[in-house]
Amino acid sequence: MSSYFGRRLMNLLMTGLCAGAVVLALVPLVSVFWLLFAKGFSALSWSLFTSLPTPVGEAGGGVGNAILGTLLLVGLACLLGLPIGIGTGLFLAERGDGPAGDTVRFVTEVLSGVPSIVIGIVAYGLVVVPMHRFSAIAGAVALALLMVPTLARAAEEMIRLVPSSLREASLALGIPQWKTSIRVVLRTALGGIVTAILLAVSRAAGETAPLLFTSLNNQYWNTRIDQPTASLTVQIFNYAISPYEDWHQKAWASALVLLLFVSLMNLTSRFLARSPLRGA
Amino acid sequence: MQPQAQISTVNLSAFFRSGRALKEVNLQVLPRSVLAVIGPSGCGKTTFLRCLNRMHELVPGAYATGQVLIDEQDVYARESDPVMVRRRVGMVFQRPNPFPTMSIYDNVVSGLKLNGVRNSNSAQAQKSLEQAALWDEVKDRLHAPATSLSGGQQQRLCIARALAVEPEVLLMDEPASALDPIATARIEELIRELRERYTIVIVTHNMQQAARVSDWTAFFYMGELVECAPTEKIFTNPSEQRTEDYVTGKFG
Repeated sequence: MSSYFGRRLMNLLMTGLCAGAVVLALVPLVSVFWLLFAKGFSALSWSLFTSLPTPVGEAGGGVGNAILGTLLLVGLACLLGLPIGIGTGLFLAERGDGPAGDTVRFVTEVLSGVPSIVIGIVAYGLVVVPMHRFSAIAGAVALALLMVPTLARAAEEMIRLVPSSLREASLALGIPQWKTSIRVVLRTALGGIVTAILLAVSRAAGETAPLLFTSLNNQYWNTRIDQPTASLTVQIFNYAISPYEDWHQKAWASALVLLLFVSLMNLTSRFLARSPLRGA
Repeated sequence: MQPQAQISTVNLSAFFRSGRALKEVNLQVLPRSVLAVIGPSGCGKTTFLRCLNRMHELVPGAYATGQVLIDEQDVYARESDPVMVRRRVGMVFQRPNPFPTMSIYDNVVSGLKLNGVRNSNSAQAQKSLEQAALWDEVKDRLHAPATSLSGGQQQRLCIARALAVEPEVLLMDEPASALDPIATARIEELIRELRERYTIVIVTHNMQQAARVSDWTAFFYMGELVECAPTEKIFTNPSEQRTEDYVTGKFG
């Protein structure tokens, strides 16, 4: 009887400790949201989304070009990174059981461990130096390099979940292997892969370091991929290290916008992962 | 019987990385007949079936030797393309495996669509579904997800999908083992109907089923073909002692 009581006490204690750990883990998240809302909400305005940055002391202005720039950079990065990342994942899942697959898997692991600033340097060497200028394409290359390894591994996991009975069903109909891989296997894993894409996009959108010396910054609207381009993260960085109160306000507001964007991406991926659309 | 056989195997042996699974099988199947393949677990009956449409070699390290002649053409000939073989030899699996991302209709025409056939798909779909005795149950919801069907319906959908590419031979790997008795009865009834048009090879671990649906029965044991004879003979008066022991339930 006493052992029963003791067990229940222990159970209660452990449950309490776990709950405590959850609260502790939530503190940073909640405080980030709290701080950004408190400091940034008052500076939110329509012109923040639509206007160009203004010089110090001049009222108004916004970070519209940086928002556009971030979308441009992430979009280009997706264009480069998604086919490579998902293609790698498909290879690893369908043909990755030999030494070639092990090598590729090892390389993606190493690549995903490379600090993002180093990826930025690589993109600088690969794109900025030969082009003799900072550009959106250089930033996109850096972001794509960051996306590929995580995307490849996530895609591999999702594709491996597709039951092999579907592959066999397709092959037994006389459908060639490559079509089976793309039209049946990849199609069935699509729900999970979309989730992985959204997570990769939200991660790329939050990167600053690799953009500092690749896409640099731009005070004006830019849609040309061979020109330096503003991005929310770099804009926040520049505003935050400036000595002007007005710019600090804008940094807080921009950070809030970025956080909301990233949260939205994460929530969407959650929703997709849970909805019946997954795999449908 | 030799000349008009639709399927005949000549010294067919099958190997996995771990060793031989099928030893020198020589067997003939007449056109528009049902051959049931019986035998204890692991005797090579599924391997035999998968050799007939070259699905066996999809397992890493697996290969087959000997010949499989379908309409006198060796499917293992050097110039023979496994993809083309599989279009002539349809297959239905143990568990219903419709494509979960596709509708009922898309499942039926998937073999046509993914092989680049564009025309007359909907007529073909109806014909295949009718042949698979599923048309009346699904004609009003062709665009519902295939996974909304019951297990027995899904299996008949898989049969319709296999029939849509107009094969000559239909291979069935324990097609009713995952189904309840009523769904099983429907599949068996269907097999008897399909026999009018197709040559069918069915693997089954259920001897009553073999007796009910087949014209010929082949008994496999330890990777060897022990006996192949008209079904009635196998179950009443087999030539081999091992066959008799198996069908009377002495082992297996």
